[in-house]
Amino acid sequence: MTPARKKRLSLIVLMVIGVAVGVGFALQSLNENIMFFFSPADIQAGKAPANKDFRVGGVVVDGTVSRPGEGLTVEFDLTDNDSTVKVKYTGILPDLFREGQGIIANGRLNAQGDFIAQEVLAKHDENYMPPEVMEAMKKSGQAMPSMNRNGI
Amino acid sequence: MSLSEFLNMGGYAVFVWSSYGLTLGVLLINWWLPFQQHKQNLKKLKRQYRQDRKRNDSSS
Amino acid sequence: MGSPPHFYRFAGRWLPWLTGIFAIFLIVGLYGGLVMAPPDYQQGESYRIIFVHVPAAWMSMFIYMVMASCGIIVLVWRMKMAEIVLISSAPVGASFTFLALVTGSLWGKPMWGTYWVWDARLTSELILLFLYLGVLGLYGAIDDKRVAGRAVAILAIVGMVNIPIIHYSVDWWNSLHQTASLTKFEKPSMPPSMYVPILIMALAFKIYFVLALFQRVRAELLYRERNSRWVEELVQS
Repeated sequence: MTPARKKRLSLIVLMVIGVAVGVGFALQSLNENIMFFFSPADIQAGKAPANKDFRVGGVVVDGTVSRPGEGLTVEFDLTDNDSTVKVKYTGILPDLFREGQGIIANGRLNAQGDFIAQEVLAKHDENYMPPEVMEAMKKSGQAMPSMNRNGI
Repeated sequence: MSLSEFLNMGGYAVFVWSSYGLTLGVLLINWWLPFQQHKQNLKKLKRQYRQDRKRNDSSS
Repeated sequence: MGSPPHFYRFAGRWLPWLTGIFAIFLIVGLYGGLVMAPPDYQQGESYRIIFVHVPAAWMSMFIYMVMASCGIIVLVWRMKMAEIVLISSAPVGASFTFLALVTGSLWGKPMWGTYWVWDARLTSELILLFLYLGVLGLYGAIDDKRVAGRAVAILAIVGMVNIPIIHYSVDWWNSLHQTASLTKFEKPSMPPSMYVPILIMALAFKIYFVLALFQRVRAELLYRERNSRWVEELVQS
């Protein structure tokens, strides 16, 4: 490589490093905003914002989904295997919503510490498999495919 | 599996088929546009060279 | 390969073959994904969008890396061919990015319950689309194409920072988007009947990229080299 080319190449490398460091710092400072949701444990610890909408993510606890009264209102407990929060929601649920499913709810806490959701989104993990395989796994008592690292 | 079952995609026909349709459509457009562009460029250049030659012939 | 007339002829010879191979892979991939692959235990048939969504998303990043590599060659070695490959890749990359976003959105609506959320993965992929459009816009805005080539090379290289952000966004931050099912180093979290069609579609899209690129490079070469001897001979013959 000629000296001129070497110089140009090192300038490019410097430029990329500079931009990467800048973007890295910017993302670091924005970290809290990029976090898509809080966990029930975060709420317990008082990390979630009060009097402001935020998202909570967790797994719908088995056997807690109930529909008090008429219509589309639904209540369920949401857990991260550490803390639990009660969620109340009126509206249409996504097709993936079910007990044991990871979901993300958007809304705010009321005075009783219940989470009043305006929106419920279902999160799914990276595991895909045919229904028959799932049946076979259940029958043989094998563990469910692990939920992902985020706890949901 | 029957054909209507296949087309129904378990009730998700709108989402699945529009995804596939859109994908094929975009791929087709991306193939066709530069193909036409290339043909047109060839035609344009042919015309231009002919004009240039005529100009050269008449000036000399 | 660096010489325009040579590349022009080379691409022209390969185009019909590439188109044929692409068609075969596409048909096999579509059949594997839409017919052969079993439904998912949770998402039923809706997950079949994966067979276009994931390959398109891979291509959106792969083509960007091709573009940025060309950018480095343009700036360091001042190769004209690299400039042309760079700018010809951009529309194809933008198309795949657009497809990844839209098919993802069509998948998100029935499964997640929303077409769009501002989570890290979706947002960084949208930024990728803007980077592609930025490259195309900048190139179009500068009349001197040699200057334009260098300007977009810098933009393409700087934008490379976004690629690892897209890739790791689902690991670094809580997001609605699930983590990767197929990675180089780990066992895939789906059976072969599902991941083989994804890989075949990915291969089909790669071949498509090459043929779409060749098509564009040929058109661009004719235009850029219109004053040169070889183009004149080619057109006259």
